[in-house]
Amino acid sequence: MTVLVDKNSKIIIQGFTGKMGSFHADEMIKYGSNVVGGVTPGKGGSKHLDLPVFNTVKDAVNETGADASILFVPPAFAADSAMEAADAGIKICVAIVDGIPSHDMIRIKRYMRRYTKSSKMTLVGPNCAGIISPGKSMLGIMPGHIYKEGRVGIISRSGTLGYEAAQQLKNLNIGISTSVGIGGDPINGSSFRDIIEKFETDDETDAILMIGEIGGPQEVAAGEFAKENMKKPVIAYIAGLTAPKGRVMGHAGAIVSAYGESAIEKVEILKECGITISKNPSVMGDTVKSVLEKM
Amino acid sequence: MDIHEYQAKKILSNFGVTIPRGGIVYSPENAENKAREIGGSKWVVKAQIHSGARGKAGGIIVCNTPLEVAQATDKLLGKKLVTNQTGPEGKIVNRIYIEEATDIEKELYLGLVFDRSSESIMVVASTEGGMSVEEISKERPETIIRSKIEVAVGMQNFQARELAFGLGVEPDLIRRASDTIIGCYKAFSELDATMVEVNPLVISKQKQILALDCKMSFDNNAMFRRSQVSELRDKTQEDSKEIFASDRGLNYVSLDGNIGNIINGAGLAMASMDMIKLAGGAPANFLDVGGGATPEKIVKAFKLVTMDEKVKVILVNIFAGINRCDWVAEGIVDALKKIEIKVPLVIRLAGTNVEKGNQILKESKINYIEANTLEDAANKAVAALNK
Repeated sequence: MTVLVDKNSKIIIQGFTGKMGSFHADEMIKYGSNVVGGVTPGKGGSKHLDLPVFNTVKDAVNETGADASILFVPPAFAADSAMEAADAGIKICVAIVDGIPSHDMIRIKRYMRRYTKSSKMTLVGPNCAGIISPGKSMLGIMPGHIYKEGRVGIISRSGTLGYEAAQQLKNLNIGISTSVGIGGDPINGSSFRDIIEKFETDDETDAILMIGEIGGPQEVAAGEFAKENMKKPVIAYIAGLTAPKGRVMGHAGAIVSAYGESAIEKVEILKECGITISKNPSVMGDTVKSVLEKM
Repeated sequence: MDIHEYQAKKILSNFGVTIPRGGIVYSPENAENKAREIGGSKWVVKAQIHSGARGKAGGIIVCNTPLEVAQATDKLLGKKLVTNQTGPEGKIVNRIYIEEATDIEKELYLGLVFDRSSESIMVVASTEGGMSVEEISKERPETIIRSKIEVAVGMQNFQARELAFGLGVEPDLIRRASDTIIGCYKAFSELDATMVEVNPLVISKQKQILALDCKMSFDNNAMFRRSQVSELRDKTQEDSKEIFASDRGLNYVSLDGNIGNIINGAGLAMASMDMIKLAGGAPANFLDVGGGATPEKIVKAFKLVTMDEKVKVILVNIFAGINRCDWVAEGIVDALKKIEIKVPLVIRLAGTNVEKGNQILKESKINYIEANTLEDAANKAVAALNK
């Protein structure tokens, strides 16, 4: 088992025929992901990249048995597309798009409450790099070759900082079971806690690297969950020690507005939860290595 | 995006919230007439800047005659107000709001924000209006009452009533108070706001419930469908470099240090700033050129960073993912043909085709310091500063 995607995941691309959708579909196919088609309303029945195009996600699911999707639709229509995927029975949906209004994200999450836990889609993102299980499947936009196959799970809000971590691990000859980018927005589909829980039960993951940043309650919530429920070691780095209070640092979600949201406060709280802190971003790999050596 | 007090109050009044009579002016001559037009015998002249705590900074003046109103307007217009929220550079006053004075009996606090834990809208209220919410939570936390609103169904009357009773509003005014609270909620939810703060919300001696001051912020991501809100943007209240950046699709925040940054990705940018600090330096800015780091964006980023006179060293840190280091390197070489850099330049490339990227940089005639890791880049930037 791997977290969220594996070789058998049947992937469709929502916003398939657009520039972004086409480019990244091609990259995913080259990586070896099992892309079975795509959705662009109005272009159903045609072919794109030698794969079938459907008008609706339901059509795509019925015809191909797709269970995973990735969204490359513009922000104004992204909420609609995510809800369409949930309703069509997609199990995992990654929203790459940056710029979905927060009110829309809340709407999606409320909409998804109608499903029972077993039939509920997992939404990852928005504003994220997606998911990769090295050697198996890529449901994202990351450079696949920097991810070595292995047994460390990565969860990151930031895309490029996740790449940085993967590269550092690769340089130390440490591989990755799955890397999940949860995105930089204030309200996201899956939180650190949601994904960390999946890693805990994944028999292909030994340790988890969590890459957080300033703003929001999620890192602390994951730390508290880990303290209570987890046996696997968690290593964390929190970006933004130098970020001023009250300013948005690029990611809409990266703003310190309450206690426990600054990098220093998060680091202190995570330490109390028994999490090993990578004290700066250039030693994320070394910190993981030292934890693995102690196991 | 932030808007001015008078704009926020106009919005509230459209949602059924009572506000004192008032008007906006741009000159002292206007001011005197406006005061007469508003009527009454006492006026408040309020400097319109994107900041709270204006009173303590001298931005709010109570006047007893139209002439005084004109004088106060003259005094404030064109002035830079420095509050505890503006930073030392302050904000310029270009607009003055003149309002009839209110006989205040009671000052309340009402704020609405997104609650990221419960993913709902949180209403926060307190009987200690007039103080900032930070002060209230420090000094009078027992007065704070909260209500979480389920966005799918919106705020219900009973929730507004509970808040009103919780604030000790007298029975005759409960209906009016709950309508006011619901009006604020509707403004928040219907206009894609991220924050609505009425402070103070007052009960006047004449038993009116009035929004005396209001701050609103909106979700930039939703402005495509809120043209009536996005029109209210006042660029004179924003940092000129930040406007230059946002107009060009760059994420930029001006900071106090002297090491200029050009980085792709918000997380990597924050991490690089952390490394600079650990190396003993201080970042002059946060600048995210986007995950893709296209050559066009790199040119714009160099323009932006070189506009900042504080910058004594420039650090470029690009992790090429989907794009490639050789393209990024070509983008940098191209940018440096167009823009002259007078300060030391440290470049760290990583990711796809890094060897090729570094080779292109070496073979070009640009003058730079090569770095390999995040740490190496930060150390070299700080060392270059100290030379």
